[in-house]
Amino acid sequence: MATLKELSKQQELFSGGHRLCAGCGIPPIVRLVLRAAGGPVVATTATGCLEVGTTIYPYTAWRIPWIHSAFENAAATISGAEAAYKSLKRQGKLPGGDKEIKFVAFGGDGGTYDIGLQALSGALERGHNFLYLCYDNGAYMNTGIQRSSATPLFSNTTTSPSGDVIQGKQQWRKDLTRIVVAHNIPYAAQASPHNWSDLSKKAEKALSIKGATFMNVMSPCPLGWYSKPEDSIKLAKLSVDTCYWPLYEVENGVLKISYKPKEKKPLVDWLKPQGRFKHLFKPENAGLLDEFQKRVDDEWERLLALEGKRL
Amino acid sequence: MAITATRGQTGLTGNSAVAYAMKQINPDVCAAYPITPSTQVVEDFSSYVADGVVTTELVTVESEHSAMSACIGAAAAGARVMTATSSQGLALMWEMLYIASGMRLPIVMANVNRALSAPINIHCDHSDSMGARDSGWVQIYSETVQEAYDNMFMAVRIAEHKSVLLPAMVCFDGFITSHAIENISLLDDQEVRQFIGEYRPAVSLLDTDHPVTMGAMTLPDTYIEFKHQQSEAMKRASAASVEVMKDFGKRFGREYGLFETYRLEDADTAIVILNSAAGTTKVAIDELRKQGRKVGLLRPRFFRPFPWKEMAEALKGKKAVAVLDRADSMNAFGGPVFNEVRSALYDLDNRPKMINRIYGLGGRDYKVKDALAVFEELAKVSETGGIETLVKYITL
Repeated sequence: MATLKELSKQQELFSGGHRLCAGCGIPPIVRLVLRAAGGPVVATTATGCLEVGTTIYPYTAWRIPWIHSAFENAAATISGAEAAYKSLKRQGKLPGGDKEIKFVAFGGDGGTYDIGLQALSGALERGHNFLYLCYDNGAYMNTGIQRSSATPLFSNTTTSPSGDVIQGKQQWRKDLTRIVVAHNIPYAAQASPHNWSDLSKKAEKALSIKGATFMNVMSPCPLGWYSKPEDSIKLAKLSVDTCYWPLYEVENGVLKISYKPKEKKPLVDWLKPQGRFKHLFKPENAGLLDEFQKRVDDEWERLLALEGKRL
Repeated sequence: MAITATRGQTGLTGNSAVAYAMKQINPDVCAAYPITPSTQVVEDFSSYVADGVVTTELVTVESEHSAMSACIGAAAAGARVMTATSSQGLALMWEMLYIASGMRLPIVMANVNRALSAPINIHCDHSDSMGARDSGWVQIYSETVQEAYDNMFMAVRIAEHKSVLLPAMVCFDGFITSHAIENISLLDDQEVRQFIGEYRPAVSLLDTDHPVTMGAMTLPDTYIEFKHQQSEAMKRASAASVEVMKDFGKRFGREYGLFETYRLEDADTAIVILNSAAGTTKVAIDELRKQGRKVGLLRPRFFRPFPWKEMAEALKGKKAVAVLDRADSMNAFGGPVFNEVRSALYDLDNRPKMINRIYGLGGRDYKVKDALAVFEELAKVSETGGIETLVKYITL
């Protein structure tokens, strides 16, 4: 893997000047992943922040071939591009001569956990040679912070508001990474942008393995989390240090935890700086905080028990 | 099982003939999902892939939405792309149909016409493709197996025509045409290759030395310009289609137009009708002609682009015209073909009286007696100049 110094000398494939928010987690993720491709790469993006923020015509932040077609179909769109590559390569008809091209599909949690789940499942099962990367910011941020199936428990969103009777989202988040692993693909991982080296290594691995690979990456969103832009990377780290967002990988079915905090931080350390959890800090909601902490502990224990096992 | 014939006369179902046309076209990518009654197209084509007689990459997707999405990804990557569907499948593709045409990707699709749910029904009517009439696809309709087969080749040329660059769908009737065996004349592979030529896309996602951004977001300052260009391309598709059909006729001896007329020139009254039911109508016309009645037919082949000028010219001076729709617009004002044909004739000085009859929904038989009854109605309209019922269901 390249060092930070080497990375800083590489040409950016994702240029600055795009319209994503200050403190958005997406740009560092995309930049690291595209660099990890280490050669020609074609990408697609589901409708969402990344698409809107990078391509308002006639501008583009993409220095690689890139396509957006719709919301629920990033995995199907990249399937088609990858199928075309296989076909044209086989026929010796690739533009500019024969070469190896990598394929990446980016989608947010709404476009991946929810509306794009079927297309993702289909593409994983068919085994196209591509990486699907989900930037998980925990809600439909592009349309104004509506709850998705990735939204954390009790999170205040515009469609799961904390009201007088109901305290935010009532359901635990869908565990998409486990669903993806059940497709028996060669590689799936969770990562976070605060740990650039772990994220880069995982992306390099995912892109070098033949077949469908998947990464689920925590992506802080100051707008939807009601947090300070300058705190984004710190919050990404806290999501991992509190074990809300464990970093792990599943290679050929075997689970390996990439990072175990020496001292597991209390969940409130991650919740407190985020306005979306503000209501949980009212004295009458103390029980909810306990419930949330208990579930995070349970999930972490479950993961620890799976370490080194073949799923 | 896929057929292995290479040329000459062969008895084939509509689906087998269309799959055979796809084999001869040998697209770079085919992404498809099974649905009655078009399934056999995909099945036959899959066996061509399994037998290695095509170089196509077959993507057996998990839904029609993904089928069209994969077609879009593949076409954007510079591949020649084909698919096939029907009914609910086309309906599920609806979102992506607009994106394929808006991105100007010359994808070719066989649509085997079938009714839309509810109630669920697997038999023929045109509500599927009529629902997609504003999606920006060229729509070519086919009366027979031979015509469906021929249209596939012409669709490739029209879609990829430099002045067009729009996706095209070839429509033919579910079961009536898709499953009926007809003795047809096949082209040989060499003839097909020469007719369709190599596909050379202007841009490709795979040209990594020249990266392009496709499907960018547009705001009110540019969106309408893109739509205007697309609309102009559809206008140009008319002349391009005529050029392609002329070349097809010259090479292979089968002449096609934007629409077909049958004993229309001196007719007083006429029926306008799509696809296989035109054959039934022609039998009725022959019977009535024997009795000295001046009746005729106009069968639109292209519904998109809609050849309104040429159609108005062909129907000018008729006393009464019945448009028969195998779909209803549910607008309480008649079917889609009626609405457009009637509008096309509005500026004629001497415009015919017009009626609309909705027929054959969900595969209900349309028989010679039904056509005869419509001509009787038309005779009354042309005699009296009065219309009793403008829009009415028949074959009930």
